[in-house]
Amino acid sequence: MNRLIVTKTPKVYIGGAFVRSESGRVFPVKDAAGAFFANVPQCTRKDLRNAVEAAAKAGPGWARRTAYNRGQILYRLGEMLESRSSEMAEAIALGAAGRRAALREVVAAVDRLIHYAGWADKYEQVLGSVNPVSSPHFNFTVTEPMGIVGVVAPDAAPLLGLVSLIAPAITSGNTVVALASGTHPYPAVVFGEMLATSDLPGGVVNLLTGFRKELIPTFATHTHLRAITAVADAAERKALRLGGADSVKRVRLVKAEDDTDWFGDAESGLYAIRDLIEFKTTWHPIGA
Amino acid sequence: MPPTTQDKRKTAPRAGSRGRAVPELIFGDLWEYDPAPETADPKLKARYDLFIGGEFTAPKAGAYFDTINPATEQKLADVALAGQADVDAAYRAAQRAFDTTWGRMPGRERAKYLYRVARLLQDRAREFAVAETLNGGKPIKESRDFDVPMAAAHFFYHAGWADKLDYVAPGRKIAPLGVVGQVIPWNFPLLMLAWKLAPALAMGNCVVIKPAETTPITALKLAEIFQQAGLPPGVVNIVTGAGETGAAVMAHPTPVKVAFTGSTEVGKVIMRSLAGTDKKMTMELGGKAANIIFDDAPLDQAVEGVVNGIFFNQGHVCCAGSRLLVHEPVADRVLAKLKNRVRVLRVGDPMDKNTDLGAINSRQQLEKIGELVDSGVKEGAEIFQPPCRLPAKGFFFRPTLFSGVTQSHRIAREEIFGPVLSILTFRTVDEAVEKANNTAYGLSAGVWTDKGSRILKLSTELKAGVIWANTFNKFDPASPFGGYKESGFGREGGRQGLLDYAKLT
Repeated sequence: MNRLIVTKTPKVYIGGAFVRSESGRVFPVKDAAGAFFANVPQCTRKDLRNAVEAAAKAGPGWARRTAYNRGQILYRLGEMLESRSSEMAEAIALGAAGRRAALREVVAAVDRLIHYAGWADKYEQVLGSVNPVSSPHFNFTVTEPMGIVGVVAPDAAPLLGLVSLIAPAITSGNTVVALASGTHPYPAVVFGEMLATSDLPGGVVNLLTGFRKELIPTFATHTHLRAITAVADAAERKALRLGGADSVKRVRLVKAEDDTDWFGDAESGLYAIRDLIEFKTTWHPIGA
Repeated sequence: MPPTTQDKRKTAPRAGSRGRAVPELIFGDLWEYDPAPETADPKLKARYDLFIGGEFTAPKAGAYFDTINPATEQKLADVALAGQADVDAAYRAAQRAFDTTWGRMPGRERAKYLYRVARLLQDRAREFAVAETLNGGKPIKESRDFDVPMAAAHFFYHAGWADKLDYVAPGRKIAPLGVVGQVIPWNFPLLMLAWKLAPALAMGNCVVIKPAETTPITALKLAEIFQQAGLPPGVVNIVTGAGETGAAVMAHPTPVKVAFTGSTEVGKVIMRSLAGTDKKMTMELGGKAANIIFDDAPLDQAVEGVVNGIFFNQGHVCCAGSRLLVHEPVADRVLAKLKNRVRVLRVGDPMDKNTDLGAINSRQQLEKIGELVDSGVKEGAEIFQPPCRLPAKGFFFRPTLFSGVTQSHRIAREEIFGPVLSILTFRTVDEAVEKANNTAYGLSAGVWTDKGSRILKLSTELKAGVIWANTFNKFDPASPFGGYKESGFGREGGRQGLLDYAKLT
């Protein structure tokens, strides 16, 4: 007799714990053949607010970690993804992607994490400065994380897109509340399990699954989100900017209709980090 | 009215074990100063037209408005009121200049134009300082020693970047954005113009800019310098007017980027109105800066810094140190010293070289300050104003100290943009940081202490874009300026500021 396999209950990763939506709502995810695969939490704005609270708690500690330590943790996250790449590839292949394409996306996501791991203790040296002012002051500009960053991931490249938006945010010490692809949410669920085993403190990255239409308004208006980095269509971009204006939010948008090549180098690097940091300039007196 | 004996006993506690009272200098109205008026000719025209495509151009609708001297309420000149058609023409000129001259010019050539502008402004520095003071109300010593030289410095600094842009964004190709729209405030009319124009032009962009309604003159005088410098027509276009003109500049479809300096309230309106577009933005908005004095600070120096922090330019400074946080052990002494210092500030004719506080920029602003000061009294804070005589005409306000302020008072939360200081106290470093950060703003902060390590700890923990240690209100073209949180985003000055006017590929 064939053994019946034990299926996994997909949960979202919030504050370092795996939870269901507070609403008790789920939506079904199908496999490539169209058969029922699992139920995924349909997160609400209350879940989003809880996630922001978790991110706020984790924020100061994560920002205070040394750059070297943050780099090692990002590297460790890359290790976790590489070592479970076939599992992740299967999760991606649930969507339309073939198995080979899925594997290609996984290794690209690993490489992206390793790329940012290296930036953690370098971007400051490239972006910061000592400024030659015309008075007896040691004047220097350093960078600081913005705080809690809201991420809205694309439907295309459900893993690589998500990782490409999250990684530059956390490299500099931000914490993240991310909404996974609405059409292919399952890779984000698996990614949560990798985050949990990567030494990344709970609450630094919080992943929600659900519907963009339900959650984008709250992403836009939640005043504790200092920045938004999103892949969004024209209506969503307007909603994010409009809601963000009330708290003078920094909004970094990629056009959903642009068919972004997430595998390209343009989607990674220093300037993605730069978009999610603040510059702080200090005038320190020189004298006896 | 000189302070009474009773007053003195309350505000002048014993200093140290020797029991020597803090000496109190009562100048007030007791000593007359001879007038020391600045007499240089500001060379004003009776009528100022719009500056579009390198020419002074009459507004299409033919409308003009009066610009006045806020210290006398007398009219200085007629200034053109730009309508939508004028804004359209300005953007057409800017686009043409970008496509045909400025956008294609090698950086080393652009640099030389900007150097010329800096030099010509230095040549006519005194004339510009007088014009700035007449139109804006700030003391001549400030426009002469700060606004105008700093404006020239901004052009000089950014000129040198124009042929070195490849060093601004390592790893990427850098290019100008195209045409940008800019709107600036009335508190530093010429300096804000320089802050906005210099980096934009060095990067190769062309500009349509709107000066503030109450202070258009030095912008239009600078247009004369652009002509003298031979700046290609359309590189800079200046349209004058009020809020409606500003809205037209911001909302126009041509600019790929808009930059705004002004209040947080208006900044949010602009952000909302542009939400449906993909324009890039820089926002330099309001502030409610904390100036923190620890008990080990050199108190006399700190008091000087606090006075400069809040009374510089009548407090019309977005980064003004408007909340003083004093360590409890020295709170009484600091307050006593502050009162002594404020008593001898000279309020009055901005054109007098001895004047410390000039005129409030407009009647509207004077009323706003008065309203907030009333709220401070009503909410229970203790007010102190020196008994100085104010001129009979013009918009003036006494330097004002509020002690016993709590964090919930409006005067501790809202930007007053006037010569009003709210004083709070704290006991521990953590409490100071928490109170300083307890605001929606995050533009600047000051720390006064003798301890270097404490300066660096505070500068790490204060959520603000500029931290001044044992100094306040210092600026430099090489030093990036801009805010956290609701004080805006983007930086002006330094390498960091340039990047906000660039396209990276």
